[in-house]
Amino acid sequence: MTDLTTNTTAKAAEGEAGFGDYIALLKPRVMSLVVFTALVGLLVAPVQVDPMIAFTAILFIALGGGASGALNMWYDADIDAVMRRTARRPVPSGKVTAGEALSLGLWLSAISVAMLGLATNWLAAGILAFTIFFYAVVYTMWLKRATPQNIVIGGAAGAFPPMIGWAAATGTVSVEAVLMFALIFIWTPPHFWALALFMKSDYHEAKVPMLTVTHGRAETRRQILIYTFALVPVALGLGLTSVAGPVYLAAALVLNLIFLKGAVAIWRRAEAQAEADAYAVEKRFFRFSLYYLFLHFGALLADAGLRTWGLA
Amino acid sequence: MPITETHDLHKRRFGRNLGVALSLVGFAAIVFGLTVAKIREGASMEAFDHTPRVSITPPVETGQ
Repeated sequence: MTDLTTNTTAKAAEGEAGFGDYIALLKPRVMSLVVFTALVGLLVAPVQVDPMIAFTAILFIALGGGASGALNMWYDADIDAVMRRTARRPVPSGKVTAGEALSLGLWLSAISVAMLGLATNWLAAGILAFTIFFYAVVYTMWLKRATPQNIVIGGAAGAFPPMIGWAAATGTVSVEAVLMFALIFIWTPPHFWALALFMKSDYHEAKVPMLTVTHGRAETRRQILIYTFALVPVALGLGLTSVAGPVYLAAALVLNLIFLKGAVAIWRRAEAQAEADAYAVEKRFFRFSLYYLFLHFGALLADAGLRTWGLA
Repeated sequence: MPITETHDLHKRRFGRNLGVALSLVGFAAIVFGLTVAKIREGASMEAFDHTPRVSITPPVETGQ
């Protein structure tokens, strides 16, 4: 007992982990996007799912996403400690040990995959397992420190949830699911690179190759434009599938026009111009990119609602 | 040390322990709810009741 008392007193002084610190390991803000897109994928599918099964599926898809966040925080603790934005995360701040983050990540991965498989089907569980592997191993361990294309390829991990939701409902992967995946996948690079343009980040000190550092800011602006152009046919193509309707088509037309206009404005700006107005255009583009994704998936949900009520 | 005595450790870890307890209760509730939902989905299944099941007996030839 004496040992324990001595130990815990010392630990309390440096700030002991509360339940919230373990929740923080799961990256709750990222989880909210996972929950929303997975829910849309599940609800727009042409199969009625029992509400309890749907709830369980979304919960464990979110938990699987959280597990990959914990594994990311375990592996990236050294980088997180260097960067101001991430230095207060549970592992670099010393509240949670790296070992605890690793074991939480592994256990939650196993539980979420097993529970999703039991609640729905093993295809959905398999895609969830692959997503966790992709984010924790392919992105975090292999790509993040190796290539400035890390954001592009890593974006796939964030793009899988609607496909998992669809697979949970239907037991298959179809063109609708692939296009929902592609929408998030191609949206990710312009979204993050816009942020990288105005966030004078310390990625450089952490030795993480970001496009703004390795290829320059002008090239980053050009890449934002290229990916935004590539995004338009995907967004409109999804509008031609069975899950979309008039609301989605109208929303996609307007949103893509605004997004393209913003990307062209970013591409045409010189760095001095951007500095002069404190990156106003880049910040507006980044903010709009959040609405862009939310409204596309919201429109899919609205069309599904119209179909359910027999209005479309 | 008697188990009833509240140690400083118990006070500090109360929030964490409560979180774990609620997570476990929530998990049990989910497994229960899921079981109910799965059984409801398979509502057409028949239990073994020691009598021949009409639905699985082959149709009787009428001999015409």
